[in-house]
Amino acid sequence: MNISLNITKTITELLSGFMSEGAANIGAMVTIALIYLAIFAVAGLYLVLLERKIAAWFQLRLGPNRVGPWGLLQTMADALKLVSKELTGTVKADKFLFNLAPYFVIVSSLMALSVFPFTQEFQAFDINIGIFFLIAISSIGVIGILLGGWASNNKFALIGAMRSGVQTISYELSVGLSLLTMVLLTGTLQLSEIVEVQKNGWLIIQGHIPAVIAFMIYMIAGTAETNRAPFDMVEAESELGAGFHTEYSGMKFAYFFLAEFINMFIIAAIATTVFFGGWLSPFGITESIPWLGVFWFIGKTFMLVFLMMWFRWTFPRLRIDQLLTLEWKYLLPLNLLNIILMAVIVWLNLTIQF
Amino acid sequence: MSYFGDIYKGIKTLLTGMSVTGKYFLTSRKGAITQQYPDNRKTLKMFERFRGEVVMPHDENNEHRCTGCQKCELACPNGSIEIIWDRQIDPESGKKKKMIDQHIYHLGMCTMCGLCIEACPTDAIVWAQNFENSVYDRSYLTKVLNQPNSKLKAGVEE
Amino acid sequence: MDTTIKNSNLKSEEYFINMGPQHPATHGVLRLLLTIDGEIIKKVEPDLGYIHRSIEKMCERDSYQQIVHLTDRMDYLSSHINNEAVCLTVENALQLEIPDRVKVIRTIIGELTRIASHTLWWGVMGMDVGALTTYFYGFRDREMINDIFEETCGARLTMNYNIPGGLMFDIHPNFVKRTKEFIAHFKTKLPEYDTLLTGNVIFQKRMKGVGMLTKEDAISFGASGPVGRGSGYSCDVRKHHPYSALDKVTFNEVLKTEGDSFARYQVRIEEMWESMSIIEQLIDNIPEGDVQVATNAVIKLPKGEFYQKVETARGELGVYINSTGTKNPYRLKFRSPGFSNLSLLNHIAVGGKIGDLVASMATLDLVIPDIDR
Repeated sequence: MNISLNITKTITELLSGFMSEGAANIGAMVTIALIYLAIFAVAGLYLVLLERKIAAWFQLRLGPNRVGPWGLLQTMADALKLVSKELTGTVKADKFLFNLAPYFVIVSSLMALSVFPFTQEFQAFDINIGIFFLIAISSIGVIGILLGGWASNNKFALIGAMRSGVQTISYELSVGLSLLTMVLLTGTLQLSEIVEVQKNGWLIIQGHIPAVIAFMIYMIAGTAETNRAPFDMVEAESELGAGFHTEYSGMKFAYFFLAEFINMFIIAAIATTVFFGGWLSPFGITESIPWLGVFWFIGKTFMLVFLMMWFRWTFPRLRIDQLLTLEWKYLLPLNLLNIILMAVIVWLNLTIQF
Repeated sequence: MSYFGDIYKGIKTLLTGMSVTGKYFLTSRKGAITQQYPDNRKTLKMFERFRGEVVMPHDENNEHRCTGCQKCELACPNGSIEIIWDRQIDPESGKKKKMIDQHIYHLGMCTMCGLCIEACPTDAIVWAQNFENSVYDRSYLTKVLNQPNSKLKAGVEE
Repeated sequence: MDTTIKNSNLKSEEYFINMGPQHPATHGVLRLLLTIDGEIIKKVEPDLGYIHRSIEKMCERDSYQQIVHLTDRMDYLSSHINNEAVCLTVENALQLEIPDRVKVIRTIIGELTRIASHTLWWGVMGMDVGALTTYFYGFRDREMINDIFEETCGARLTMNYNIPGGLMFDIHPNFVKRTKEFIAHFKTKLPEYDTLLTGNVIFQKRMKGVGMLTKEDAISFGASGPVGRGSGYSCDVRKHHPYSALDKVTFNEVLKTEGDSFARYQVRIEEMWESMSIIEQLIDNIPEGDVQVATNAVIKLPKGEFYQKVETARGELGVYINSTGTKNPYRLKFRSPGFSNLSLLNHIAVGGKIGDLVASMATLDLVIPDIDR
């Protein structure tokens, strides 16, 4: 079976058949953007459903099971409800920033999706500084949270937003440094190249000890980046009610909510690409069928998403000062040591390659 | 070094915690403790002593056991029970006797304390196991417990 | 703390925030007026009265049998023990001789109530510090106790099983069997509480050294129950003034001297083991006999003042009855454990973070209807 997944090329060729080259390029971009938007709006909704189901199974419950077969349409119904709801806000809110904030969050998380190589061909935007781009984009989201919390003119929201600012700025260091540790091994920032390198063994195996440490640090920091429990200081429902999105309603709230889940997917997808060989199958068992890479990629990503959900439904929440202690006194020094260790290993050629 | 020792111990306790939830996740198929409430109405059975609402059982001849002694009315802390009674001539003995006209029960005011049923000397009122008491209007919660044209069972004395 | 930055026009201010009356961490309609500097708590002012139903005043209207059911609605998590407190006061005033069977059944159900209350507290405690799953595990075990209550008493929460002079009716034939099943089940599940939450490094960091309360402060604030015992203040009414069948059983009073949130947490966990041991000692030896002593239909207490205290799941509940010899009390006062434990909150939360406030409030185990009455 030969399915062409190089979507950019395919669509451009299709469009240039009946329009000029420039128009065809723009048309292709718009089409791809729409495809990505549609896929990930639906994927985000089903991640919410997955989270609710998994939470239920951890908690001896059944989870949503009334709307549609096995509750599959539950989140669709929820989204419809949210669309139909009135958009409220406080009287003294800064209206412009209040309305702008959700778009910051959702746009930044959708932008990050474009660079992932789902298979060899299925990648919208293969940029040569891919990792840097991801780190940069993922930190824009916090501006939305800060704006939203500040502009809603609510003290609970403000506390939540300030916590989020502190938290994201700190944990970005760890996310960046742990990914840089792996870049030492690959020698490239381009995501497609990083996957190519792993044809000789996934990076977590190639880099053995420092790679495992980097992965653990990355998962902890990544969970904190997405503001999920045990690092959900931003919402902390028993302390702040709903945190930064206290005053948001309807679809604006849904944007924040959806962005949280897409961010979780992104964090897991980065880990899949950098540590677990992206779309590569284990031991190359399906190498002859390239389009199966999508399933491997999605499968690995969902395993990591599941891990993050497992964290969430097991651990208590940290306090804000403990959160910062963890980053600055534990993760960061360990990370710096780990980079040196990785450099030594790469220098002495102690990596494991098949 | 205690710094690394702390990290090791910390991670270990986190993993033990995860093993507990993980175990429940794997056995979640049979372990669910929630009930599918409106779907399981047919199989859902309340315990026989469950206090749902106060009812007055009638036998097949439309006879109840309430003599109208008003002990339940006195025992009730909230005034949920009102008995409208009358002295009528008993057709059998020909004597004038206390007879209830209406045994009114305000379910909306009832706290299910059970004092009325304890107080009843003739076991005329009992608990029903019905628990679905929601109605659209408050006035539906005021119930007349004795059925129309019902009469006192013969031989039941105060 | 000097909050102004030197040589600068920038300054920070303290601000007020209303936590409650509708807030997920206050477990009811409690309003806390917090004065905060950034994340640091400067002052906590509890504002009460949102669920005040004037139960004490209603008691002056009611007969002594009717008073009992109102106490269900005070501390609804230890409703049986509240009922028992009123019944004991009335029985002592009337100098009734209560059958042993009643005493033993009251003690067993009282200890089951304590376990039910503590399992619910454990679940909610976990939820307050952010571990949502504990809530459902706690409820799973509490559900079994609720079923026992429902089968025997007819209600799950507001049981009203006691009447002055004994019990409303005898225990259900399944009661002993079900209780034994529960004890066997809970003995396997209680260690799981420790592996899931107690040992967790995040949880310990959240609890240890937070919400410090010294023994002297505990006594002067009138703390009782697990809150007082977590500070080393030996205040178990069951030990010092045994009532019902508690003088026939052996159990340890759980005492911790650390005085922090974690000590209060541990006291409650260990109390569940002690309660199970009390039930095990009694469940096989329920004496035969009547479950009621005949009382007048209209109980009239002799003229005078009567006081009885019991140990509810939250601490010492005192019932004071001032009778003028009529069928209603002239004055009835409840000394509720939640009220004096709440008065500690400002003392233990000041200087901590918002997260600490929520965690220490959870270890006080407040039930708001108990505070407001």
